[in-house]
Amino acid sequence: MSAVIDSHQGQAHSDHHHGPAKGLMRWVLTTNHKDIGTLYLWFSFAMFLLGGSMAMVIRAELFQPGLQIVQPEFFNQMTTMHGLIMVFGAVMPAFVGLANWMIPLMIGAPDMALPRMNNFSFWLLPAAFTLLVSTLFSEGGGPNFGWTFYAPLSTTYAPESVTFFIFAVHLMGISSIMGAINVIATILNLRAPGMTLMKMPLFVWTWLITAFLLIAVMPVLAGCVTMMLMDVHFGTSFFSAAGGGDPVLFQHVFWFFGHPEVYIMILPAFGAVSSIIPAFARKPLFGYTSMVYATASIAFLSFIVWAHHMFTVGIPLTGELFFMYATMLIAVPTGVKVFNWASTMWQGSMTFETPMLFSVAFVILFTIGGFSGLMLAIAPADFQYHDTYFVVAHFHYVLVPGAIFGIFASAYYWLPKWTGHMYDETLAKLHFWMSFIGMNLAFFPMHFVGLAGMPRRIPDYNMMFANFNMVSSIGAFMFGATQLLFLFIVIKCIRGGQPAAAKPWDGAEGLEWTVPSPAPYHTFQTPPDVK
Amino acid sequence: MNESLSTRRLVTRLLLVVVAMFAFGFALVPIYEVMCQAFGINGKTAGAYGGTQAVDEQRQVRVQFLATNAAGMSWEFRPQADEVTVHPGASTQMLFVAHNPTGQPMTAQAIPSVAPSKAAAYFHKTECFCFTQQVLQPGERIEMPVRFIVDRDLPADVQHLTLAYTLFDITARKPPVAQVSR
Repeated sequence: MSAVIDSHQGQAHSDHHHGPAKGLMRWVLTTNHKDIGTLYLWFSFAMFLLGGSMAMVIRAELFQPGLQIVQPEFFNQMTTMHGLIMVFGAVMPAFVGLANWMIPLMIGAPDMALPRMNNFSFWLLPAAFTLLVSTLFSEGGGPNFGWTFYAPLSTTYAPESVTFFIFAVHLMGISSIMGAINVIATILNLRAPGMTLMKMPLFVWTWLITAFLLIAVMPVLAGCVTMMLMDVHFGTSFFSAAGGGDPVLFQHVFWFFGHPEVYIMILPAFGAVSSIIPAFARKPLFGYTSMVYATASIAFLSFIVWAHHMFTVGIPLTGELFFMYATMLIAVPTGVKVFNWASTMWQGSMTFETPMLFSVAFVILFTIGGFSGLMLAIAPADFQYHDTYFVVAHFHYVLVPGAIFGIFASAYYWLPKWTGHMYDETLAKLHFWMSFIGMNLAFFPMHFVGLAGMPRRIPDYNMMFANFNMVSSIGAFMFGATQLLFLFIVIKCIRGGQPAAAKPWDGAEGLEWTVPSPAPYHTFQTPPDVK
Repeated sequence: MNESLSTRRLVTRLLLVVVAMFAFGFALVPIYEVMCQAFGINGKTAGAYGGTQAVDEQRQVRVQFLATNAAGMSWEFRPQADEVTVHPGASTQMLFVAHNPTGQPMTAQAIPSVAPSKAAAYFHKTECFCFTQQVLQPGERIEMPVRFIVDRDLPADVQHLTLAYTLFDITARKPPVAQVSR
């Protein structure tokens, strides 16, 4: 009799504390935030390598003037797909992956608020990108109209595969919106007792604001591609002047989404380095409250600056002035953030482990990208810079050492928590320095060729740009190859290494360091006490 | 269980925001239209003008005419005169000539634009072939009138303005079948 009761209790016990299921179906059916976070991170890394190899094709073609390797039609598909994959496939899913892994651990929640929706929002992504990448093999080729897909290039003059592109964007949008709703519900409803909003780590704060940006603008993008779909297939004329529409309307709708989108890609990185810099400076973050308000201000301003992407389409002078000044205003909250990071480091007991190296590089290089953004914001000067390599240099300076370095810093910072092992510090430092040098070699000369007038999105160029382009290509190959080293470091860290303590960084703060390393499959099933 | 209830309400509200923003994306279309007309952005002109104005004999404005074919359009399309000088407030007519040199009946739509764009709001068309679609049989030629008034309130620094038409082939969208029997 007692044996029966015992086995019953044993059953109940294992139900409560079960580990991951075995085999492939664990990953397909999982609702565990850590599993889904891992899926997101691996998916985004795969997309990073795919989009990166397309960048390698672009840089190989641009190594010398003239056409050597690919035809212009294919070159256009490469620039388009590189942009789409990096934005929607690499950067955004990486941050959603970090959010899945870290937000419940940081706020003392057992899981995300909507675990099954979480699973669905991840598994939409492989479907979306299979659809998108498959167009490269279709007759007539894949999308070739640039990642901004301006109409009528993407409607009247688009390849047949544009419909696949539209549905892929729909799927990515649904996935992002569900992910964002999940993040908001988790942060607002599942915080541990005592974890007030103003006690949340900044990564949680920036993600909360990012999630609101996502649910505000991803539907506008969905509406934009839906209008394209109707123009292409159902005889409407939203963007066709022949039927009473206007191509310029497309740019307004697109950039109403597009500008908040660039902050969606940077705000979570702001949050991550705001956790990492205090940990390695061994000082609390300087100006926590101002960081929160600065993030919220940036998010608000992102909705009223979109037309600075279209100064040259012919908007009225008052419009140019409004969007110019509104854009420059963004420098104020961003400056507050940079000031706070610098003040956090000021007189700190700093050490430079890899997460800190990436974070310091983030602060310096993102600021350079911010300054070139200010130059572009000057409406009269923008007529010179518009659609040149200066723009390419600008947004790669904010996205590569901004978003991507933020992701690398986060990955190294939390890898011990994820895997239970320390990564190889020597190799990781090599990864940092190779990335840092490669990235600057690749993108810094683009400022010069852009100011000298080299247009973007072309497979061939004037002889006068040859030397700088060769330098850019060498830097890009170096940066690209180095990312295979990152893959090696991560795999090595998963397979073994020096065991990590629950809190491997002595200056780190936060609930995530109170659970063992690796973090158990289930954490905080009873909420922790937050003082 | 209170917790899960509030999660449900929160998610419902967030979904409402999503639906509202999707609708807002489409609402940008009429908003843009209104903005263009209010500020004369992109030289978009308004629909038919019903009013009349007293003629300002003191002032003269040069009005130039441009006729352009959109890509793929094969009609001959030109104004009868390149330029006229008008008094603000006076109603003036200009004829545009279109000829379909192809062997097929075709439908066309002309889209007007006024430069400088700040003058667009002061350029009134009382009658225009751009308000309707034009169907031409093979080899047919027509003269299409536009009747306009330059507003008396046209800013003083605008001495001449340009009315440009771009002619689009919309045969695929509006097959000219109904008019064949005409």
